[in-house]
Amino acid sequence: MSDTASPRTRSAAWLTLPSLLLFAVMLLTPLSLTLMLSFNEYDAARGATGGFTLSHYAAIVSDGYYLEIFLRTLRIGLITTLLCVVIGVPEAYILSRMAAPWRSVFLMIVLTPLLVSVVVRTFGWSMLLGIEGPVNMLFQAIGIGKTRMLYTEGAVITALVHVMLPFMVIPVWTALQKLDPQVEQAALSFGASRLTAIVRVVLPQIMPGILSGGLIVFGLAASSFAIPGLLGGRRLKMVATTVYDQYLHELNWPMGAAIAVILLIANLIVMLTCHRVVERQYRRRLG
Amino acid sequence: MPRNGSFAILFNTLVVMFMLAPLVIVCLVAFTPENTLSLPGWTWSLRWFRKVFEHPDFVTSFINSLWLATVSASLAVGLAVPASLAITRGNFPGRQALEGLFLSPLVIPHLVLGVALLQMFARIGATGSFVWLALAHVVVITPYAMRLLIAAMTGYDRSVEHAALSLGASRLTVFRRITLPMILPGVSGGWLLCFINSFDEVTMSIFITAPSTITLPVKMYMYATESIDPMMAAVSALIVGLTAATALLLDRIYGLDRVLVGQR
Amino acid sequence: MPFLELDALSKHYGPVKAVDDVSLSVEQGEFISLLGPSGCGKTTTLQMIAGFVDATAGRIRLQGRDITHAPANSRGLGIVFQSYALFPHMTVADNVAFGLEMQKVERAERARRVEQALALVHLDAHAGRYPRELSGGQRQRVALARAIVIRPPLLLLDEPLSNLDAKLREAMQFELRTIQQQVGTTTIMVTHDQAEAFSVSDRVVVMQSGRITQIDTPYEVYEHPASEFISRFVGKTNLLPPATDGGPQRHVRPEKLMLKPAGQGRADATIVDRFFLGSQWLYHLESPLGPMVVVQVNDGSPAHPPGTAVALDWDDAILRTLPEGGR
Repeated sequence: MSDTASPRTRSAAWLTLPSLLLFAVMLLTPLSLTLMLSFNEYDAARGATGGFTLSHYAAIVSDGYYLEIFLRTLRIGLITTLLCVVIGVPEAYILSRMAAPWRSVFLMIVLTPLLVSVVVRTFGWSMLLGIEGPVNMLFQAIGIGKTRMLYTEGAVITALVHVMLPFMVIPVWTALQKLDPQVEQAALSFGASRLTAIVRVVLPQIMPGILSGGLIVFGLAASSFAIPGLLGGRRLKMVATTVYDQYLHELNWPMGAAIAVILLIANLIVMLTCHRVVERQYRRRLG
Repeated sequence: MPRNGSFAILFNTLVVMFMLAPLVIVCLVAFTPENTLSLPGWTWSLRWFRKVFEHPDFVTSFINSLWLATVSASLAVGLAVPASLAITRGNFPGRQALEGLFLSPLVIPHLVLGVALLQMFARIGATGSFVWLALAHVVVITPYAMRLLIAAMTGYDRSVEHAALSLGASRLTVFRRITLPMILPGVSGGWLLCFINSFDEVTMSIFITAPSTITLPVKMYMYATESIDPMMAAVSALIVGLTAATALLLDRIYGLDRVLVGQR
Repeated sequence: MPFLELDALSKHYGPVKAVDDVSLSVEQGEFISLLGPSGCGKTTTLQMIAGFVDATAGRIRLQGRDITHAPANSRGLGIVFQSYALFPHMTVADNVAFGLEMQKVERAERARRVEQALALVHLDAHAGRYPRELSGGQRQRVALARAIVIRPPLLLLDEPLSNLDAKLREAMQFELRTIQQQVGTTTIMVTHDQAEAFSVSDRVVVMQSGRITQIDTPYEVYEHPASEFISRFVGKTNLLPPATDGGPQRHVRPEKLMLKPAGQGRADATIVDRFFLGSQWLYHLESPLGPMVVVQVNDGSPAHPPGTAVALDWDDAILRTLPEGGR
C-alpha cells in the first residue's frame, strides 16, 4: 500500500506552472500561428496578405512538383526504414548474445554516434562518398570504377541509415533484454533448428520493438533536414528542404507553412501509432 | 550464454565499421597538410586546427554554442525537476496530459518548430535575441531531462520519503535531504544530455539564429553548403573530441547505456 | 483513558471499504499485532495511524490528543517499514541521527543517543557503513534503531520481518520483543504470519475484510478462535461431529490428538501419508470421522508407515466449539 492521496499532494500542480508557461509561449503559440499562416493568401509582391484560402493545400495535392517531393520523401523514408530493420535487428540480436565486456563496448560504439552533431556525421559521409573518397578508391580497386555518389538518393539514404540505425537498435535491444534466454533454449531442446528458433520464438517476441523502432526511424527520416540539405544538393529536394526554400529563398511563407503543417500531422500520426504499439504490448504483458 | 558464429562476428564488424567510418575520416582528414580534403600521408599537420582558431566566425559561433547550451541545459533542468516532481508525486487531474505535452517536442520535427518560431520571432521582434533563442532550445531539450528525471524519481522506494516524514522532516527538508541526493545522478545526467542536444541542434536553430547569435552547427552547415576545405574537418574533429569527452563524463555520472537505451 | 485509541476508524476508496469501523484501545507499553491475510486492511490501518493515509471517518487519539488529521511529520511516531526505507546515501549513524536532527537535538546529545541506540541493536561497530554494505538483518536493525532513537510514544512495525529468511526471522522475533521490553515503547506490528504475531505480542488483533474479528491474547486466539476462518488462519484444525444431534461442530488441533494402537482409541483410522518436519511428524489419516491431521513429537521412536491401522484418542476437555454464527 503506497496510497498518498492526501490533499497536500494536490497542491503539487503549481510546480508545473513555469514549464507550462514556457510550452504555451514557445510551442503552442508558434505552432498555432503557423497553422493560421498556412491558410493565409499569398501575393508574390507583398507576401502573406491575410484572408483565408485553401489554395496552398490544393496546390500541394495537385501540383506535380510538390507531389514528386512528397513521394520522394516517402520513398527515401521507407527505404531507410527497411535498411535499418535489415541491419539493426540482426545487429541487436548479435549484440545481445555477446559476452559481457564486448556487449557493452559494441553497444556503445553503435549508439554513441547519436551524440555527435548530425552536421559532422553528414560531412563525414560527404568525404567518404566523394569522387576522390575512400569508397570510390575501394570501388576502383575491385574494378567497379569511379561512381558519382554525392547528390544522389543513395548518398542521402546511406547517411540517413547511419544516423537512424541507433533508433532501430535501441527498441529491439530493449525487447531482447526482456526476453528469457531459456525460452530460445527450450525451442532448441525440442529439436528446432537455430533459424526456426529465431523465426518462431525470438522474432514474435521482439516484433513490437521492431515496429516501434521502424516507426521512429520513418518519422525522423521523413522529416530530416540537414542530410538531404548537405548530401542531396539543390535538385534532390525532400519535404524539409522544400519548407526551408519556401521560407528563406522563395519567401512564400504560407506555402511553406502548409507543407510544414502536413509534415507535422503526418509525423504525429506515425509517432502516436508507435506509442500505441508500445502501450498495447505493455498492457498485454501485464496480463 | 550462446555464442555468435563467424558470420555474426563478420556482420557486427561491418556494422561497427559503418558506424565509425564518417567519424574516423573527419578526424583523419583534419590532420592533412594539403589544401584539399585528403587523407594525411606521412606528414600530419595541425595547420587546419590553427586555421579554425584564427577564424573569427568559428570561434564566435563556438562560444555562442557553449554559452547557449550551458544556459538552456540549466534552464531545462531547472524547469524539469519541479515539473517531474509534480508529475510523479502529485495527485491532480491532467497529470498524464501534462507529461504528454512536456515530452511532445520529441515527436515534433525541429524544422516545423523552427519555421513556427521564425514567424513568431519576426512578429514580436525577437529575432537575434539570445534569450529567445535559449528559450526555444529549452523547449526542445526539456523532454530529455524530463524522461531521465521521471525515471529517477519513480525508480526508487517511496517509503524512504515516508520514513523521513515520520521522523519529523518538513516537505522541503525531505526534498533537500532525501529526494534530491537520490535523484542527483538523474539531474546531472539530464543536464549533460540537454547540453549535448542543445549543442548539436541545427535544424531549428537555422531558422532562428541571427549573425550575432549563430551557433556552431549552423555555422558549419552554412559553411559546408558554400565551400569545402579541411577546416570543416578540423572543426568536426574538435566536436567529435568534445562529444567523446562529454559521453565519458555522462557514462561516469549516470551510465551511458541507461541514458541512451533508457530504462522505463 | 487508553494510551492509543482508534474510534470507529474507516478508510473507503470509492465503494471499497479497505478499513471499516475499526475500534481499538491500546494500553501504554503494550505490544499489539494486527494479524490477517493480505488485503484485510491491516496495513491501511497502520498507515492511517502513521499519517500517510487520510481516514475517511473515525478518530485516532494518542495520549488523549486527536491526531486523526495531523500531518505525518508532526506525529513523532517511530516507524519501521517493510522495505526498511533506509536513506541509501547516508551512513548508518546518519540514518539513525536524522530524526534527532529534525528534533533539533544538540550535537553531543545526538551522538550519545545514536551510539546508545546502535548498541541496543548490536550495530555499534557498523556506524560508518552505508546501508548497501549491510546484510538484511542488519538493515532491519538499523531501521529499528532509527525508529526508537527519537523515543517515540508509539512504535509502528509494518511487516518488519517479512524480508528476512526463515532462520533470521525467528531470531529477530525474540530480539524485537527483548528490545521493545527494554525501552518499553507501546508497539503496533502488522503481520500476516501468525507465528510472528503469537511469539511477540501481548494481544493479537485479527482482521478480515477491513474489520476486526477478534482481539485476544495469542493463547486465546489459538485455543478459542472466534470463527472457523480464524481457527484455520492461525493453525491446522480437525472437525469432529457434534456431540449431540443439532449441537455445535467441535474442533481439535492436530497436536492434541493421540495415536494409539488399533482398537484402543475412540475412532479407528488408517495412516495415508506422513511428513517429516524435524521435531515433529505430520500424519494424514483416513477415519470414519473424515480425513484427519495429527502432529506427533519426534521422540526418537520409529514413525508409522502409510497403511498402518491405528486408533485416534483425545481428551474431551480439549475439544472446542465455535461460537454461534462464527464463520
